[in-house]
Amino acid sequence: MTSSRIVYLDNNATTAVAPEVFEAMLPFFKELYGNPSSMHTFGGQVAHHIDQARQSVAALLNAHPDEIIFTSCGTESDNQAIRGVLEAYPDKRHIVTTKVEHPAVLNTCRFLARKGYRITEIPVDKKGNLSLEALSQALTPDTAILSVMAANNETGNLFPIDEIGKIAKEKGVIFHSDAVQAAGKIPLDTKKIPVDLLALSGHKLHAPKGIGVLYIRRGTRIFPFMLGGHQERNRRAGTENVPYVVGLGKACEQAILGISEENTRVRELRDRLEKGLCERISSSYINGNPLWRLPNTTNIGFEFIEGEAILLHLSSAGIAASSGSACTSGSLEPSHVLMAMEVPFSYAHGSVRFSLSKYTTEEDIRYVLEVMPGIVQKLREMSPFFTKEARQMEQARK
Amino acid sequence: MWNYTKSVIDHFTNPRNVGEIENANAVGEVGSLACGDALKLFLKIDPQSRVIVEAKFKTFGCASAIASASALTELVRGKTLEEALKITNDDIARYLGGLPEQKMHCSVMGREALESAAANYRGEKMQHEEESPVICKCFWVTEKKIRQVIQENKLTTVDQITNYTKAGGGCGGCLPDIKRILDDVLNPKPDIEKTSSKPKKMTMLQKINLIKKTIDEEIAPALRADGGNIELIDVDGTNVTVRLIGACSHCPGAKSTLQHLVQDTLRSKVAPDIVIIEEE
Repeated sequence: MTSSRIVYLDNNATTAVAPEVFEAMLPFFKELYGNPSSMHTFGGQVAHHIDQARQSVAALLNAHPDEIIFTSCGTESDNQAIRGVLEAYPDKRHIVTTKVEHPAVLNTCRFLARKGYRITEIPVDKKGNLSLEALSQALTPDTAILSVMAANNETGNLFPIDEIGKIAKEKGVIFHSDAVQAAGKIPLDTKKIPVDLLALSGHKLHAPKGIGVLYIRRGTRIFPFMLGGHQERNRRAGTENVPYVVGLGKACEQAILGISEENTRVRELRDRLEKGLCERISSSYINGNPLWRLPNTTNIGFEFIEGEAILLHLSSAGIAASSGSACTSGSLEPSHVLMAMEVPFSYAHGSVRFSLSKYTTEEDIRYVLEVMPGIVQKLREMSPFFTKEARQMEQARK
Repeated sequence: MWNYTKSVIDHFTNPRNVGEIENANAVGEVGSLACGDALKLFLKIDPQSRVIVEAKFKTFGCASAIASASALTELVRGKTLEEALKITNDDIARYLGGLPEQKMHCSVMGREALESAAANYRGEKMQHEEESPVICKCFWVTEKKIRQVIQENKLTTVDQITNYTKAGGGCGGCLPDIKRILDDVLNPKPDIEKTSSKPKKMTMLQKINLIKKTIDEEIAPALRADGGNIELIDVDGTNVTVRLIGACSHCPGAKSTLQHLVQDTLRSKVAPDIVIIEEE
């Protein structure tokens, strides 16, 4: 039943560690185990590698190395950004974010709401786009921080963080962007984007899990979240996770070189997959804004069937994808992103996200296009909602 | 990933008895597209012996919903309708070697479809659809169903009730009601106690104060916890005007759920004839 072939199209969940990254990390598990804070050369030589990694991360963001702090993951970076700014501006009691943020941001804000902060969640339209006017109106003198993601993890939708940053700046509000999904897939230039804080995660760009970054623009007032030693210039205490920091540095070097491939070859494969699925399978709809998305992501709703069932059938064919359906998340409602977009229930539950990477091949895409129509058909034949009319439409299409 | 048993995976991959029966004389239908799962059960019952000679199904739902429906059709075939109606949701789950706790509602859906088909056979409407108040308006779950599931499965927590019926799994507005029903099933109180605890006669001033106190201390904190809020605008006789800010605007009927929640709370705490009017 289980296929020997693995087609991994769940790169927005996590990515494979690049072999070059893995190689770069190895010495720091073995001979180079010193503590970078130590006075002796044995430790000091390790500090040098951390500096290099910091430069590589800074290069990806066109930032100064001293604007980069290493964290344990994207979620920590988001928590640090939001809670650190609130701590630095104790008189401001208002946070603005969007309805479609990652839970790392959304649940942090909702927790703070219970602590007495006022939260405004900006809605999106049916394509998942934000109204910049609504966003601008939401910012008040009481607003401490605005948090808007650079790219949505479920639909791949991009948000205009350059314009949003300008609005925040005009209103004197600190702007944080969760760029975990965007990094390495689209250019992120902090010299051009007026963002004060920006979160990255290593494992979304072929570094391992357990390493993240928070970019903090020079001059931004922020309170440290993790207290203790003087590491990261007193902004993030705790002994540096040296091998992972080095690995992330390598991954960022590769990401800089790989962005053009993401936007040509990977984009082309994504488009081929998306077009092929929508052509072969009737009543399938693209969720999100097809004109302004990450190059690697497509989210397609297949009407009248349920996502978990699709994923399990895909999984037995060796294909890894993910779904915004209720059943896969362990909750009882479809993903908050699809709900915020008012995606009809008829295909919100049957939505599948395919996310590609530089390791995705033409053969992978061909295989999915071959397997997927049969899975959808099997489940639709079982579905009480796949009525005679819907079937006739299907026949007509063939 | 869910930890499904081999049997669940087998019934999901190779479901038994998929399809429709053209001349079925009992058809049961539960669930909806909005709910995320639905089951249509077709039975052919021999009118003389009342034996279920054929059972088929169509399902929209996850692996455990498909497997539960498949198991149900296997379980009922060859039984008389009366025997079949003794099958509980737990029997369905056990037939499959168990279901993850969060998926127990799939087995409950199977049991419900069977009840619905039996009612259809007898030419009746589903009883609890008519008589029992709807507690969860996101997933349309009645008080009767919640009580039945608590008793049949010996449930002791609100989380379990959500896992078994989905009630409370949407906007969460009905969670206090579910808790009340659970407490009532576990520790039934005599009716006299319930009515005598309410104050009989109040002055208008006392009434307004009590409404304000109930909103401030009970309703508002619950709504704020989910990002919503409530503001008291006016009290005029039995009419209480409020402004409601909902956190779950995506949810069908969320607004009315919220309004009902406020109304129910004020009715039980202040006066049974209170009517909530919402100011836009």
